[in-house]
Amino acid sequence: MTRLLRQRAPTDDHPLTKLILGSVAIGFIALFLLMPLATVFSEALAQGLNTAVGALHETDALAAIKLTVTVAAIAVPCNTLFGLAAAWCITKFDFLGKNLLITLIDIPFSVSPVVSGLVYMLIFGLQGWLGQDLRDHGIKIVFALPGIVLATIFVTFPFVARELIPLMAEQGRDEEEAAVSLGASGWSTFRRVTVPNIKWALLYGVLLCNARAMGEFGAVSVVSGHIRGLTDTMPLHVEVLYNDYQYVAAFAVAALLALLALVTLGVKSLLEWQFAGEIAATHSH
Amino acid sequence: MSLVIDHIAKRFERFPALKGVSLTAPKGCFLALLGPSGSGKTTLLRILGGLEFADAGRIGFDGLDWLALPARERRAGFVFQQYALFRHMTVAKNIAFGLNVRPRRMRPPRAEIARRVDELLALVQLDGLGKRYPSQLSGGQRQRVALARALAIEPRMLLLDEPFGALDAKVRKDLRHWLRSLHERLGLTTVFVTHDQDEALELADLVAVLNEGRIEQVAAPAELRAHPASDFVADFLGQAFPGGGVVALRNARPPVPKKEAAPSPTVTRS
Amino acid sequence: MGVTLFYLSALVLIPLAALVIRPWELGFDGFWAAVTTPRVLAALKLSFGAAAIAAAINSVFGLIVAWVLVRYRFPGRKFVDAFVDLPFALPTAVAGIALSALYAPNGWLGAPLALLGLKVAYTPNGVLVALIFIGLPFVVRTLEPVLAELTRDAEEAAATLGATRLQTFRRVILPSLLPTLVAGTAMAFSRAVGEYGSVIFIAGNLPGVSEIAPLMIIIKLQEYDYAGAAAIGVVMLGASFVFLFALNALQSWSASRR
Repeated sequence: MTRLLRQRAPTDDHPLTKLILGSVAIGFIALFLLMPLATVFSEALAQGLNTAVGALHETDALAAIKLTVTVAAIAVPCNTLFGLAAAWCITKFDFLGKNLLITLIDIPFSVSPVVSGLVYMLIFGLQGWLGQDLRDHGIKIVFALPGIVLATIFVTFPFVARELIPLMAEQGRDEEEAAVSLGASGWSTFRRVTVPNIKWALLYGVLLCNARAMGEFGAVSVVSGHIRGLTDTMPLHVEVLYNDYQYVAAFAVAALLALLALVTLGVKSLLEWQFAGEIAATHSH
Repeated sequence: MSLVIDHIAKRFERFPALKGVSLTAPKGCFLALLGPSGSGKTTLLRILGGLEFADAGRIGFDGLDWLALPARERRAGFVFQQYALFRHMTVAKNIAFGLNVRPRRMRPPRAEIARRVDELLALVQLDGLGKRYPSQLSGGQRQRVALARALAIEPRMLLLDEPFGALDAKVRKDLRHWLRSLHERLGLTTVFVTHDQDEALELADLVAVLNEGRIEQVAAPAELRAHPASDFVADFLGQAFPGGGVVALRNARPPVPKKEAAPSPTVTRS
Repeated sequence: MGVTLFYLSALVLIPLAALVIRPWELGFDGFWAAVTTPRVLAALKLSFGAAAIAAAINSVFGLIVAWVLVRYRFPGRKFVDAFVDLPFALPTAVAGIALSALYAPNGWLGAPLALLGLKVAYTPNGVLVALIFIGLPFVVRTLEPVLAELTRDAEEAAATLGATRLQTFRRVILPSLLPTLVAGTAMAFSRAVGEYGSVIFIAGNLPGVSEIAPLMIIIKLQEYDYAGAAAIGVVMLGASFVFLFALNALQSWSASRR
């Protein structure tokens, strides 16, 4: 019967359209996203798993790993704390300059990482504002750990705040006001009422913040001075090895970072699939 | 040449929305599909419009094998519950849409389209509002634009899905009267879905009462009131006439709770 | 609360002030000279130009990807959807060396492309490819929620009025997606202009040909020309602000029509 041949709903695309668009979409993703990822692992394992793992045990590589973890261990908690505080202030209070604050939070996000590093050089570098003073006092900021931490904090600052602000804005102040009216102190309210409501968004934000903190390249590249074994984070070490034509070693370290990225993606997806409703409201990127 | 619906059945996954409904209506008739949520009335309307497909059965209209035509070719003007106006287009462009998308050889010249749009704007009493955007109109006005848009394609039949559901009582009443007089003027076969008994009985030439995917009764409003074919019909119409309480008492059953005025999302849609 | 404000201003405002103030020690002429040398101009042109082309490509393919992921059902869809975030999660240096190896003359893609006469690695084409990689998630992720929320009834209405699927897409669906598409593309562009790590390995970095603006900043810093570096930084920042401002204005205007 003729009518059985046209069982396609008017809002459905033609099967041929679906095939073409689907292939284009999958093809594009495979070409631009999947192949680079595959390259990382294939190059890392080009001389076998043992060589790759061996490269990771090399002194400078270990130092780089240690430095990366240290930087993240400082930057992420700092930004979590202050992201929480900023989000709390913005969504629970009204004050002059609130909009400015919100705009400021987005700045590190939209600025080139190299520019982010540059600004720290302008302040703390030898030719910078405080450069001479710091040198006179023997304090090293740039070309040392503190500079790297500062630049990383700057660059990853927005992640936690951006996840929390829309969610907390949506949740409003009612519960906190109720708690306060029942006699709870500010801190107690925060701990018992605010935090449980935002725990998944918080986790999500921390996850992204960490991924970026460990993977940051541009900003750290500017302030670190590339002192091998001392101020090379993992991404910088990857660059060093690559420029030295030590491809397997470079890709081995890169593979480790890629694994971190995949884990981040995996946990992120799990969080989304489990708590779709709550997190969907905060998804702004 | 009338509308013949013959044993139409439709299920959504496990759920049987229509269990073999049949009815006949003469051309030019104003037919109301009346029933509670989940009765299948909207599903039947959407099948008429080509937006859903029946699993079994046939429909004939104007001598055509209706179900063999895709929605695009049926020229069945559909008016949606939430208007479905194109928000980024002006009122005039909305109304002209059906004419603008016609293939080149069948498309009237631009001046002609503009003339028709103006004619329709006058018909629905929205003269001069052609350049406004839907967001700048009231609910009642938007509904009239939706109607004008459907009429622009010179439809073979007009299908209305609870068109006044989202409007407040006074606007609803006014639009009801207006729709009826429009129907009398145009003489277009119209199928109208509603859960509001008053509306159906007031507007329609023929009312089909649906319940859980089956047609309980098809008759003119007067006939329906005088001789309800089943307890369900009697109960459902219970509030429509002043002796409602008397009917309930006579059947020794507690009165059915008054239906909400708010539009109900049709559960039959998957 | 005071602590937050202090932290924030220390963290963001002071560095920004440094950036904006520093170039002026060269005076206006010096500033202008610093950013208009042929080499710097070429770098700026490459960064902005390649970013624009990459963003345009991403807007087309990002729309297709978002459409397929939201409207179609196929096995593994959820995984593909999660995977789209890869450029967002992957460290830029990792992406950088991977792309460089992939498109090098002996790479998996570089080799077949070389046979076709296309050089990608160490040319501006390489920059383009890297920026496409970087920008895709911005377009897809911005479009997805909007696409998902689009109710079908406007499309059904168009069908009952006689429109073909293509006409419906062109006249009904696309216009309603346009603001979001523009926003997502703009974000991809913004990110691409300042991108460093993903690009620096595949770019080739030949002065006047394949140097990107962020690299110019680093070169200036290495030459201890802080003011010059800051000047370029200010230009990039300024252009971004102007761009974002224009974008916001555009969005407010289009929102007022709805």
